[in-house]
Amino acid sequence: MEKINHMQYLPDMEILKDSDIGERVVNAMQNYDASFYTESDVKHALAAEYLTPENFGALLSPAAEPFLEEMARRAALETHKHFGNSVLLFTPLYISNFCENHCIYCGFNCMNKIRRARLDENGIRQEMEAIAKTGMEEILILTGESRKDSNVEYIGRACKIAHEYFKNVGIEVYPMNTDEYAYLHQCGADYVTVFQETYDSNRYEQLHLAGHKRVFPYRLNAQERAIRGGMRGVAFAALLGLSDFRKDAFAVGMHAYLLQRKYPHAEISFSCPRLRPIINNDRINPKDVHERQLLQVMCAYRIFMPFAGLTISTRERAGFRDHVIGMCATKISAGVSTGIGSHTEEETAGVGDSQFEISDGRSLQEVIDAIRQQGLQPVLNDYVYI
Amino acid sequence: MNDKFVIGGHEFSSRFILGSGKFDLDLIHAAVEHAGAEIVTLALRRVNSFSGNILEHIPEGVTLLPNTSGARNAQEAVKIAKLAREAGCGEFIKIEVIHDSKYLLPDNYETAKACEMLAKEGFIPMPYMYPDLYAARDMMNAGAAAIMPLAAPIGSNQGLATKQFIRILIEEIDLPIIVDAGIGKPSQACEAMEMGAAAIMANTAIATAGNIVEMAKAFRHAIIAGRTAYLAGTGRVLDRASASSPLTGFIQE
Repeated sequence: MEKINHMQYLPDMEILKDSDIGERVVNAMQNYDASFYTESDVKHALAAEYLTPENFGALLSPAAEPFLEEMARRAALETHKHFGNSVLLFTPLYISNFCENHCIYCGFNCMNKIRRARLDENGIRQEMEAIAKTGMEEILILTGESRKDSNVEYIGRACKIAHEYFKNVGIEVYPMNTDEYAYLHQCGADYVTVFQETYDSNRYEQLHLAGHKRVFPYRLNAQERAIRGGMRGVAFAALLGLSDFRKDAFAVGMHAYLLQRKYPHAEISFSCPRLRPIINNDRINPKDVHERQLLQVMCAYRIFMPFAGLTISTRERAGFRDHVIGMCATKISAGVSTGIGSHTEEETAGVGDSQFEISDGRSLQEVIDAIRQQGLQPVLNDYVYI
Repeated sequence: MNDKFVIGGHEFSSRFILGSGKFDLDLIHAAVEHAGAEIVTLALRRVNSFSGNILEHIPEGVTLLPNTSGARNAQEAVKIAKLAREAGCGEFIKIEVIHDSKYLLPDNYETAKACEMLAKEGFIPMPYMYPDLYAARDMMNAGAAAIMPLAAPIGSNQGLATKQFIRILIEEIDLPIIVDAGIGKPSQACEAMEMGAAAIMANTAIATAGNIVEMAKAFRHAIIAGRTAYLAGTGRVLDRASASSPLTGFIQE
């Protein structure tokens, strides 16, 4: 298969000619050198009332690792100040796992022989009804990235059904054009999550061999198109570990920072997925993202943008998740099952295979109990769709 | 002493308004009981987020003040206010129009517009605003029942950062001035009351205290102390000592 140029837009892809955000994010990342920071820079950053991007860079550096406890304390203080003791709950729902991309690290990639499935409207309704019955009020709709198998109209129908059952509807689907985001907003969606995976375009090119997703700049500008399409909020993430995680985390923060300055009304949030290091690997990689590094990144996001939401992934174990809520995370998933149709099918695996293995399969009630045990308040909805 | 706090024709004896954004419902009960609050604010976006009807969770004798949190412009504020009325929250509405996700500062221009639209719809608008005299006058003329200037950015516990501007509103606006947002300690609440604020609204300061019940009590006492001092007329405070030997003592005729 001939590879397309990953920096070149495909014919139907909208180009934001008047925006330089993507370019500025990539430049900032390229100029970021984590090894440059010293202990004194970290102390300085921790003492600052409002952090500059430079301070944020210090908190992400290896020099900040010995200050993890201080960072956690500062993060907890900020979270408390901005979110009180509230912790938001949501559940993701995978409605299709067809994918036309070849991303070498992903379970859904089009070369993998997995059971593919796509829920029809009836199936979506049944799944949503089952989830709504548990008491959940916020849903995140996910698909594999295939315009062919799950087109915008299909996602729109899913959003409309979701709007009947839930108070808050988010989408985590392939990047699309501004008018398409506006259409999904009309259908009831109000939150768009796009993981850039890595902001290092060379690495991105090596990992995304084929498909729409291969086009790096189109993905990079997805959040801006979503905001212009009228979405209330956008979420950012890099899959930490695909490339230099410190550089990627810096890029994620800068991406959110620059967009928030340009669109001050937009609600901003972060997700923190990571590739797990291989345990007992002889060749220990200094760029591996262990829990310690993951927590450093999460605390740095929190301290840099104390008002932003931060979602903790089900990929992490329950013990980790329970400790980061209230400290830096403000949102946690529960009742998660990543197979297609797995909320209603008798076999918990559903009819289509999962993208990844989850590490925390607790039900909504179990997560609510865990939140209460931390002295925090579980909040099922903090939102009104207008 | 008959010192009633009157807003939109309704009388209250407590001058403490409790915010509920960062509270658990169980804690609302404790705070209401110990801080003596008779008005509790609640974001409409949270109204349905508790099991059952929120109104059942609000203690007897407490007036619910729904807010339009989440609104980014006047139209959205009106929509949310109407939803609140449909949900059975009454006519009082605290207007919050915020267009900045970082500092959450209120947008005075849109807030004044919302005030006018809501007053015409029969609501009792109480606008949360940045303490600006012109904006406060616009809101008053638009039909506001009280003006709620912020003391500092919401949740910041920074205290009376806008003190001098709130003082101007107290002097110039013939409506109750309720100091909202940023009050971090009972002493700051007391200071605002001494200045002549009609009431204090707080949430974070109590929600994040080590002991919620004790902090609620402390706020109650501070607000009463400040109000009493205001009514008593605070003593003359000079900014320099009076000279014991008069400078003009040499004059003979």
